[in-house]
Amino acid sequence: MEISREGEALRISDLDPFLAELLRQIPLSANPEGVSGAEARLFIEPSREKEICSEWKSYVEPELRRLFRSATETVAADLAQLNGNEKSLRNRSLRIPFEHADAWLSALNQARLVIAEKYKFSDEELNDHDRSPIGSRRDLGLFQVNFYGFLQEFILREMEAH
Amino acid sequence: MSAVITVRLEKGSTSTVEAPVKETETRGEEELDIPWQVVVHNDPVNLMTYVTMVFQRVFGYPREKAERHMLEVHHKGRSILWCGVRERAEFYVQQLHGYLLLATLEKVV
Repeated sequence: MEISREGEALRISDLDPFLAELLRQIPLSANPEGVSGAEARLFIEPSREKEICSEWKSYVEPELRRLFRSATETVAADLAQLNGNEKSLRNRSLRIPFEHADAWLSALNQARLVIAEKYKFSDEELNDHDRSPIGSRRDLGLFQVNFYGFLQEFILREMEAH
Repeated sequence: MSAVITVRLEKGSTSTVEAPVKETETRGEEELDIPWQVVVHNDPVNLMTYVTMVFQRVFGYPREKAERHMLEVHHKGRSILWCGVRERAEFYVQQLHGYLLLATLEKVV
């Protein structure tokens, strides 16, 4: 896999089917439904004051839900470039316009937070970037968190340069 | 926080000698409100570079200041990013939640 800058976009090329599938999993992984603790992590209580939390739930949370959904929808639309069977995914590339960079950062972050909640990773696990090989769903989850974090780092660096 | 302070000048008039000027402070409604602080808490998932970028964007802090706050969050578990009136503090916390940071608003004690 290679990531490069191409005019007003980022291009992820030479994607193997496994990494392409992980990318396609971003919108699904960002969905907190059915993951214990994920909803509470994405929609944090802003204060210890009950009155503030109650107002927040009524007025701010719906806005945040719209914001997060809009980001994952933008990413899902970009990922349509990867649609196809496994064979056709070999050496495919993905173009991410710079104007979608914020949506990608948000969707990747949502996915990382939801996966981290799902498997309740410890700080040590999250800081162990050399863990291998992938032998369980949990290991795969940790790999996803690290892979998505790597993409975030790259997007941030390119945004700064841009 | 910007304080609203009005100064009233009172002059005595019972003596031929002018009395000293007294300064009386009257605080505006906003000032009477207890100040609130915006606190960001440590989160092992959010990337350090991402948190720094968010502080720069939300508060307009220069990179060095944003990094100092990020490192304070990382090492001490929390950092106070801003202090002032409740409405503004709520606005900042909403922005930070939009970036998925663990942020709360707390009364200054």
